[in-house]
Amino acid sequence: MTIDSPARPAVSPVIATRTERPRRRGIAVLPTAVLLLGAVYCLVPTLWILIASTKSRSELFSTATYLPSFGSGLIDNIADLSSYDSGVFWHWMFNSFLYAGVGGLVATAVSAATGYALAKYQFRGRTLLFKTILAGVLLPQVVLAVPQYLLLARVGSTDSYPAVILPQLFNPYGIYLCRIYAAASVPDSLLDAGRMDGASEWRMFSAIGLRLMAPGLITVFLLQFIVIWNNFLLPFVMVTSDDKFPLTVGLYSLLRHGANQASLYSLVITGTLLSVIPVIALFLSLQRYWRIDLVTGGLK
Amino acid sequence: MDNYSAVIHDAELWQSVLRMLLVGAITVPATVLLALLFALLLDTARARFTRFTRLAIFLPYAVPGVIATLLWGFLYLPATSPIGGRHIDFFGTSMVDVSVANIAVWGAVGFNMVVMYTSLRGLPPEIHEAARIDGASELQIALRVKVPLICPAIAMCTLFTVLAALQLFNEPNTLQPLSNAISLTWVPLMKIYTDAFVDSDIHLAAATSIVFAVGILAVSLLVGRLAQTRWGAAGAVAKEQR
Repeated sequence: MTIDSPARPAVSPVIATRTERPRRRGIAVLPTAVLLLGAVYCLVPTLWILIASTKSRSELFSTATYLPSFGSGLIDNIADLSSYDSGVFWHWMFNSFLYAGVGGLVATAVSAATGYALAKYQFRGRTLLFKTILAGVLLPQVVLAVPQYLLLARVGSTDSYPAVILPQLFNPYGIYLCRIYAAASVPDSLLDAGRMDGASEWRMFSAIGLRLMAPGLITVFLLQFIVIWNNFLLPFVMVTSDDKFPLTVGLYSLLRHGANQASLYSLVITGTLLSVIPVIALFLSLQRYWRIDLVTGGLK
Repeated sequence: MDNYSAVIHDAELWQSVLRMLLVGAITVPATVLLALLFALLLDTARARFTRFTRLAIFLPYAVPGVIATLLWGFLYLPATSPIGGRHIDFFGTSMVDVSVANIAVWGAVGFNMVVMYTSLRGLPPEIHEAARIDGASELQIALRVKVPLICPAIAMCTLFTVLAALQLFNEPNTLQPLSNAISLTWVPLMKIYTDAFVDSDIHLAAATSIVFAVGILAVSLLVGRLAQTRWGAAGAVAKEQR
């Protein structure tokens, strides 16, 4: 089911009737109030950063915190940030998109193929393989980061783009979701019919399987995109030169440099704002494709 | 093997494990209960602005942990704090656990809320109607009917939150330059990182990772098992009723 209720494409009639359940008259004041309180709690930090980024360095510490400044603060801040270390910030932004975009796409393809194979073919050791993959979900990142670093150091490719992308191509959780989704959405009878008509196994995966799995794959891609975009540890460990940092590591290093220099605060604040905007935009524009019910494995 | 015995006798590590458990003891119940509360409220027929609040509460999920920590870091920092950082020392030894936990909760509530809300929407409406005809109030329906029915979803959220709590790293690591109360070995993962990449003792770090991974595996199996025995029955009932 999507987060966005008015535009829900494929839901069962059971749920649809539920939405249309006549609302009783009047507003439940307490629930509404509590919900609004929750919304405020979640929005305040973002709002504050929005306001703070409009202030110049001196205003940041002197003016009332919740009042935005209508001077040229924001533009100056962005200009300052762009010129910081000869525009390295935009490099970070580009890198984040590169890591998350490429990583997300390839990881989704890998998950789709693996999930499809696990769901649709009977072979020896299938359950064992699936369980091994599932166990991967439980392994903490840091535990993996150390051997991954050593491995890539051995082949001499740390501090490069592949060093960040390669370890994220295999996503156990995505495989798990794809397996469930392939089992539910690709009927065996359709595949048998395809086989009768002489379609190759590859053709059946690419023409039938992928098409039927598409809605689920979008969710897997978005989840993976966000995971990589938000990932801090792996690039933090792998990459040492600042022109290969993604935003998370870049802003962290900026804060590190600026911890005792209050003048860098407004740069970090503006950078934080700019880095939140693309994900939120992506998120809001694609929200109708989110199928969170996939996450619980509960398919109708 | 020397590395392993060094790990077990490392007082700093045990301190960091304790710290992690302490923070987890705040984040896990807070996240799950808040998410459940919001999900149930969203599902209340007469609540208003639900579309807006649902999105607003979900939004922090899209904000990277490090960025979230930067956001909150500035809210905590005495010089810039709009929430009374001049009077409350958010980075003091007593408050810092709560400060870190708050960031983790802020980021996680929305996702868990949506998972629970989704499974609430999946319940057949007849259950609700039947309970109402039997004279149950909205509150009673929520606590006695809906909560037991979505137990599987709650169990899964709890497992995810526990796992996330065990892997606490981004928040304290990012706050570290801002606060004196956070050492370089504040939680186990920071300890592993410091050993491996600051002190260049990669073997000790590897040994610690293994011990830690085994610990996590044990905990998650335990939680999974508990969830199955405690809530498995409720889940089965829910399935039968459909």
